Amino acid sequence: MSIAITTQFICFTVLSLVVIIGALGVVLLESIVYSAFLLGGVFMSVAGLYLLLNASFVAAAQVLVYVGAVNVLIIFAIMLVNKKEDLKPINDIKSRRVISTSICFTLLSLLIRVDLTNVWSLSSPQNSIGEESTIRIGEHLFSDYLLPFEVASVLLLMAMIGAIVLARRDVMSKDISTGLPVDQELIEKSSEPLLTNKN
Amino acid sequence: MEYGLDLEYSFNEFLKGFGLSSDIAHIIWLPLPMLLVLVAAVVGVLVTVWLERKISAAAQQRIGPEYAGALGVLQPIADGLKLLVKEDIIPAKADGILFTAGPILVLVPVILSWLIIPFGQNLLISNVGIGIFLWIALSSIQPIGLLMSGYASNNKYSLLGGLRAAAQSISYEIPLALSVLAIVLMTNSLSTVDIVNQQSGAGILSWNIWRQPVGFIVFWICALAECERLPFDLPEAEEELVAGYQTEYAGMKFALFYLGSYINLILSALLVSILYLGGWGFPIPVELIAKFLNLPINAPFIQVFTASIGIVMTVLKAYLLVFIAILLRWTTPRVRIDQLLDLGWKFLLPISLANLLITAGLKLAFPQFFGG
Repeated sequence: MSIAITTQFICFTVLSLVVIIGALGVVLLESIVYSAFLLGGVFMSVAGLYLLLNASFVAAAQVLVYVGAVNVLIIFAIMLVNKKEDLKPINDIKSRRVISTSICFTLLSLLIRVDLTNVWSLSSPQNSIGEESTIRIGEHLFSDYLLPFEVASVLLLMAMIGAIVLARRDVMSKDISTGLPVDQELIEKSSEPLLTNKN
Repeated sequence: MEYGLDLEYSFNEFLKGFGLSSDIAHIIWLPLPMLLVLVAAVVGVLVTVWLERKISAAAQQRIGPEYAGALGVLQPIADGLKLLVKEDIIPAKADGILFTAGPILVLVPVILSWLIIPFGQNLLISNVGIGIFLWIALSSIQPIGLLMSGYASNNKYSLLGGLRAAAQSISYEIPLALSVLAIVLMTNSLSTVDIVNQQSGAGILSWNIWRQPVGFIVFWICALAECERLPFDLPEAEEELVAGYQTEYAGMKFALFYLGSYINLILSALLVSILYLGGWGFPIPVELIAKFLNLPINAPFIQVFTASIGIVMTVLKAYLLVFIAILLRWTTPRVRIDQLLDLGWKFLLPISLANLLITAGLKLAFPQFFGG
């Protein structure tokens, strides 16, 4: 085995272990903050797997979008809503668990079927384009994948407008969750007084 | 355009002369440029810290450090040694794992970004195809480290500082990426080497700063905001938040933040010089000088000359920008957090978007000036 192949094998093993253990941690850990940080680790390792597959542009996009935007946003939301609150016990927890388990297993069997039926071997290793892939992705986005690309952008625009309407304080005069009149001051100002009055 | 020193090739050939296989030679070669860049980054930080102390002293009519070495040049080393031997404290109520991982996550992406900084045609660690995009992606990891250390400190000032840092870095990343995109549009490539080569046609006249003046200013403002330098140092505003996410840190963990912020400043300055100021290019094209001296461009003397000129020019331009950043820090007041976010979202974002559209239009209208 040459050095390059050995390195690749070691990298693949480490990355896949991190992905599997990290993903299990995201689901099983009690602390939501740890879950969110582990999710970032999982995203990073997936980007590493893309790098091993010679898809450097996809890897960088994965880091930029999933780690830099999605994961930061999740952590941000968790930390802004830093409420210590006991969760109410759910009555029909057992039937819910059965349903979610069956859905997960259906998805898993679908993935396994794809894995077994697809032909994975490339026609020849020389067909990989490597650094050219950025140009190729651009060409595809503006020719045969133009419609999905545009539809996705419209979807994002709708989400953005919705978020702005929800967040703007002059659109809604009442807080949605509490029903209290909305504070029109600085965002950073706490809605409850920090220091209670002494008298 | 393939000229200039190729040290890797010569080094590998040299080792093969001793009967080593090319694989082994490659493995021996690999750590060398990485170590070199790490040392360069740390030395750069020492120089910048010294400059910061001296320039701030001059701005405030003080003398600044003067006993540690001539003109106080050893002062940064003394600072570093002090931080190195200080006790490493983890607050009792803090989250130990996240508290330790935070500073590492802040520093590592910054150092990794040095991968794409070229000091000459072949004088960079790796000419990856996605070049500048790699830096944009890597710099988006940093807010996670800041949020992590802000949360783990278990201190409200730290948490607020971490949240501010993340908000600031998300808002300024977008205009930053858009102004880089305008450059990429003109170059037809993401690689930093191609970006510099595209500006090397007519010396100082072909630098991107003349074709992208708006992009240059937007990029510089955003780079300062990403580095959390003073007009935008809200995350660690001492009067409001003690020291933001760094409040609970001491010793080497604090030093990691310190190193990270200064390495990031130098990195940003280097990137501005690569994207807008012609990178390693001399104001007069080296080809002209070679022609004037009647020497072929591939002569060994000229090659060593161009390589050293390239390194000197890159560092010189970067330190000029570092000087401006330090001067800005000690002469401008801090903005408020709402002013900061307003500037990012309502001013820089539309301007950089318009800049991108105008660049695209100019590229179609004048392909010979704005890259065909």
